[in-house]
Amino acid sequence: MASQNSDDSSASIFVKNPTIKFTKLFINGEFVDSISGKTFETIDPRTGEVIAKIAEGDKEDVDLAVKAARQAFDHGTWPRLPGSERGRIMMKFADLIEENAEELAALETIDGGKLFSMNKAMDIPQAASSLRYYAGAADKIHGEVLKMSRELHGYTLQEPIGVVGHIIPWNFPSIMFSVKVSPALAAGCTMVVKPAEQTPLTALFYAHLAKLAGIPNGVLNVVSGLGSTAGSAISSHMDIDVVSFTGSTEVGRKILQAAAASNLKVVSLELGGKSPLIIFDDADVDMAADLALFGILYNKGEICVASSRVYVQEGIYEELVKKLVEKAKAWVVGDPFDPKVQQGPQVDKKQFEKILSYIEQGKGEGATLLTGGKPLGEKGYFIEPTIFAEVKEEMLIAKDEIFGPVMALAKFKTIEEAIKRANNTRYGLAAGIVTKDLNVANTVSRSIRAGTIWINCYFAFDNDIPFGGYKMSGFGKDFGLEALHKYLQVKSVVTPLYNTPWL
Amino acid sequence: MASRRMCSLLSHSLTSPTSSAALFSRGNIGRNIASPSRGISKYSTAAAIENPVDPPFEVKHTQLLINGQFVDAASGKSFPTLDPRTGDVIAHVAEGDAEDINRAVAAARKAFDEGPWPKMTAYERQRIVLRFADLIEKHNDELAALETWDSGKPYEQSAKVEVPMLTRLMRYYAGWADKIHGLTVPADGPYHVQTLHEPIGVVGQVTPWNFPLLMFAWKVGPALACGNTIVLKTAEQTPLSALFAANLLHEAGLPPGVLNVISGFGPTAGAPLASHMDVDKFAFTGSTKTGQVVHELASRSNLKPVTMELGGKSPFIVCEDADIDKAVELAHSALFFNQGQCCCAGSRTFVHERVYDEFVEKSKARALKRAVGDPFLKGIEQGPQVSNAQFEKILEYIKSGIESGATLESGGERLGNKGYYIKPTVFSNVKDDMLIAKDEIFGPVQSIFKYKDLDEVIRRANATLFGLAAGVFTENLDTANTLTRALRVGTVWVNCYNIFDAAIPVGGYKMSGHGREKGIYSLENYLQVKAVVTPLKNPAWL
Repeated sequence: MASQNSDDSSASIFVKNPTIKFTKLFINGEFVDSISGKTFETIDPRTGEVIAKIAEGDKEDVDLAVKAARQAFDHGTWPRLPGSERGRIMMKFADLIEENAEELAALETIDGGKLFSMNKAMDIPQAASSLRYYAGAADKIHGEVLKMSRELHGYTLQEPIGVVGHIIPWNFPSIMFSVKVSPALAAGCTMVVKPAEQTPLTALFYAHLAKLAGIPNGVLNVVSGLGSTAGSAISSHMDIDVVSFTGSTEVGRKILQAAAASNLKVVSLELGGKSPLIIFDDADVDMAADLALFGILYNKGEICVASSRVYVQEGIYEELVKKLVEKAKAWVVGDPFDPKVQQGPQVDKKQFEKILSYIEQGKGEGATLLTGGKPLGEKGYFIEPTIFAEVKEEMLIAKDEIFGPVMALAKFKTIEEAIKRANNTRYGLAAGIVTKDLNVANTVSRSIRAGTIWINCYFAFDNDIPFGGYKMSGFGKDFGLEALHKYLQVKSVVTPLYNTPWL
Repeated sequence: MASRRMCSLLSHSLTSPTSSAALFSRGNIGRNIASPSRGISKYSTAAAIENPVDPPFEVKHTQLLINGQFVDAASGKSFPTLDPRTGDVIAHVAEGDAEDINRAVAAARKAFDEGPWPKMTAYERQRIVLRFADLIEKHNDELAALETWDSGKPYEQSAKVEVPMLTRLMRYYAGWADKIHGLTVPADGPYHVQTLHEPIGVVGQVTPWNFPLLMFAWKVGPALACGNTIVLKTAEQTPLSALFAANLLHEAGLPPGVLNVISGFGPTAGAPLASHMDVDKFAFTGSTKTGQVVHELASRSNLKPVTMELGGKSPFIVCEDADIDKAVELAHSALFFNQGQCCCAGSRTFVHERVYDEFVEKSKARALKRAVGDPFLKGIEQGPQVSNAQFEKILEYIKSGIESGATLESGGERLGNKGYYIKPTVFSNVKDDMLIAKDEIFGPVQSIFKYKDLDEVIRRANATLFGLAAGVFTENLDTANTLTRALRVGTVWVNCYNIFDAAIPVGGYKMSGHGREKGIYSLENYLQVKAVVTPLKNPAWL
């Protein structure tokens, strides 16, 4: 059985609670209280206890932040700096993040229940490396000179789009912050960031570092608060030019509606997923089992691209299931500060209860519970790694995004069947393929209607790889140079030519 | 930005010479300087060049850099590098020849074939180049002094424009390392097609003496970003700054063998590099004549592709509607910048007949005001020519201009009795068939031509073997557009000149060369394209 190391005696060894330095809204370069004076509590998911009270921004605060961003865009230096100079400031920002990596990693752990070791090795360095990637892109934004059919000279300018609203989720607070903010900064935009109410701490810390790095006041504003008030104010704001959101499909729809009803602002949405991992008979079973398990348990299953549907070809099904269960039982759940621990608590009570109710639903629908299925410990939001077998397409646990450590396992016979079942979802975020056969890999890659395909790997993110969904997983890309273009407008400029020697 | 500063520095801040002082007056670098009280207000004040400022740096690196180690030449030979202010020896530098080139290529080959450089992540390569940029920034003044000492260019220009531009370029290329994209390619049938942009391999590069560090950046920057390994031969006139910079690059974490630097001469070190069977790519900046030799050597050996930035005779066209004062200043800096030793120098100034007389008079006045003298002094716009050979060659061309009947408006002779200083020289009434109208002089000699209409000036501007750059000076949009498209040159500057941002490609039409450096275009020089094709079984779409 998965073990839990977060009983009272061991937990205290690993507690590295950082001092909370930033709890106010960051508007126009200053930390300020919300206009209403209201605050909300951010909770440690290991214990359910309050970490800090955070200023709760709502519509009036968003208005102030947008005003600052608008001023910084319309009259400030940021969009008027050469890209190379924006890049220099962003490089400095990245260096500061690296210098504060330990503290940021600890904040991320107490606020989100994420593994401290992973935060330090992966999430925080990734936040810095995203900034560096887009810093290097800031002086490489090319328009084009166009081929005209008459005596005209035509070219395109790639202009910063203006004021951006970023609404980011709680599962990867640092990476999502950086992945949204970096390309917008590189493009020359100004912005208002609303972090998730579950995990506001690192975003406020980043605001402080941005100021230290030399990002001018008003360019980057952070308004912590709730989706229904602050998030909604951003998506319906008449002076925001683009809103970029990562979160649930349900909220994504509201944002799109608000954008349409207000000023028709451009929207980019990274939403939910129910990503299939398809394991073929020729796979290395041990490697496939590791990938499948990692695909669903990484970050407690709180990842939009989790491999939450695992399809295994019948020839290796029994062997693979055996390995999966063994490995799941050896998986260590506990205090995320403990370096031996592989899985911390779910982010909050609501998620914890939702996941448990899906598990009950799975049992009720007749799926076979192979392992897990229960909460762990008396305190906090820990859940056992859970695997259901014989999951049918029509079951809720095969259709809904659970966002927890719950795998739905099914058997298939042919490649055609696998493709058909993998595509039988309203989502289309990612898919994994495990095979040694080149033709199978190529055929399945093109057949799956999803934004990312991982062949013999999973979660292979990279700065240069565009990431985003098909179908109801959203539209628009994060990462890569594609993301930069979300924050750029194309302007075509045309003027007549006389006596041109060529066209 | 640096290049914009370059432009403004040239156009404005140096036009009113200030009281002279050695530029090393601040901080620890000023300790060895006798504070000179001599005034340099214009070129005719020659006293300063008789007692040159003593540069406060020791030359640290004079050996060849092979496989991460400074080593003597296999032959044990060395050659003197001279101070163009005096003709005195600065240092004796190891003289590489074929055997050293072989050693360097073997090191580069090993570093490429076995790694780690091309096998590293682009992010790691990027971080090394960024660290290098930080180190250059730290050693800015030392590098600038070395550059000025070896080449004679104004220290202010080295310290405030060229070395900062070197850091700017390295950061620019660092940013490319993780953004080099192949394509997935549509096929006519059920095939999956992609292109891999692979590093080309071992690169041989030869840099000129007019901008030793900037040319180092243009060459080394993109080659490193793309994951190649390099053997660089510097110009024998100016070997010092590249050795210093290459050492910093190793301090930044560059693995041994990735960048090898060979000082030496064209026939003995450049030629074996160009004809080496194990060099996959060659890049050369220098004269058109040498470019032809290099191209031949490359084709006779292993057909390595060659990028070449060669000579120029670039027109600077002043239209009748131009703001004359601005045009005069810009045309002046377009030609005289860097002692006239620029491949892009605006060496043919075409002026519309309606404004010709005023333009000539003001150009002459501007040239007479040009501050020539010891490049280490503040306010100096022009130092000595790089070498005695260049100096003599330029004086010969001046003689030819006078003999062929052009009107000498100013200058026309050496300045002082020591070093390679030449007075800023302006010729008017220059005719297209004169030698000074046709040849690249590479010195402070401005030739002014008169023209009547646009078609005529287009024809005359294009009547040259070269095609590197052009300047167009007009407020009229249609004139600007017409000239821009009609001129057969690689760069057109409209109402500006010598803007050399990292992202702006530079290169020549016609006999000014092949390929482009800087910008996204420079990456193509250092990448191979591999198409990968495989059938698709039952694809969902094509």
